[in-house]
Amino acid sequence: MQKYRTDMYEGMIAETVMVRGRNNTGINAYFGRPLGSGPFPGVVLIHHAPGWDEWYRETTRKFAHHGFLAISPNIYYQFGHGAPEDVAAKVRAAGGVPDDDVVGDIRESLGYLKSLPQTNGKAGVFGTCSGGRQAILVACRTKGFDAAVDCWGGRVVMSQQELTPKYPVAPIDYTKDLSCPLLGLFGEEDQSPTPEQVAQHEQELKKYGKTYEFHMYPKAGHGFFYYERPGYRQEQAVDGWNKVWAFFEKYLETPEKP
Amino acid sequence: MCTGIVENRRISGSGKGPNGWFLLEQASVSYDHPDHAQAERAVIIDLLSEEAGPESRIAVELTPQSARDLVSAILASLSRGEARDWEPETKASSDQTPLNLRWKRGVPELTDAA
Repeated sequence: MQKYRTDMYEGMIAETVMVRGRNNTGINAYFGRPLGSGPFPGVVLIHHAPGWDEWYRETTRKFAHHGFLAISPNIYYQFGHGAPEDVAAKVRAAGGVPDDDVVGDIRESLGYLKSLPQTNGKAGVFGTCSGGRQAILVACRTKGFDAAVDCWGGRVVMSQQELTPKYPVAPIDYTKDLSCPLLGLFGEEDQSPTPEQVAQHEQELKKYGKTYEFHMYPKAGHGFFYYERPGYRQEQAVDGWNKVWAFFEKYLETPEKP
Repeated sequence: MCTGIVENRRISGSGKGPNGWFLLEQASVSYDHPDHAQAERAVIIDLLSEEAGPESRIAVELTPQSARDLVSAILASLSRGEARDWEPETKASSDQTPLNLRWKRGVPELTDAA
């Protein structure tokens, strides 16, 4: 891996683009990539319940900065436009986005990344909060991802009462179909997922002989990467990001790191 | 939507947002991670108008105890208001306003005093 030096050239482009969503619909996405011909690995970022917000656009650029073709599709596109938190409120009131819709949108974004001339042919999926849950879902129901990162995704384990037409199957029940290595980052003080639910998921991964790494951080709750929220935990967040880079480097052959 | 806990109710009333007053149609009450409140979990109340669009929203994020306190205050207010036998306003007060406030078992009605 090439370490950053102060005399190195560095550049990226990041912009809003229209891409194909599920069922040939069009949705908007935020796409960032390093300048240059690559080859670069790709990553699809699935935004969290608070919406397609600044943190996700920023994190998309962070991945581009680290040498990825990074795309964050707006999985709330069908709910219209407005301030991210207002659109998120509309989605919340509607009971969320159906799992099938998310899987369809993310599958198309993966296809977009792999169609680019700069791709190295590999791609990962990354999600936090509800996006972490959806990253697992997509990694189980879609072929083509080479690595998946779930950051504190709740409701991977679901009770029978939680299943609805929008969420007909608990992600844990797809574990046998998981198609790529999985990294999970969690906080001990989180209530969704609880450490017990994470342990239950881990048992299922072991049962089916899946490749995974789970890290449970003490003194951290939900969303400990979010520096603008009270749940931010600096030490755990720095270590967590390092684990994300190492994991993707291992499975996506990240060519260089700034 | 990490918890997926949401309770929706049709409501009628008005709310005031950045662009002024609008009619409210729905109350959506969630128990989830707040955007802004300094708490791991909060009761998130969105008072919405579908017709007016996503920006027409009255949003609050309350700590669980604050939510209980608010429920208690609403119920106490309703209890006191509905316990009183409201009659039509006196002529003296109706002289001061073009509208006359009349209560029927807890449901306020604004009627033309003339």
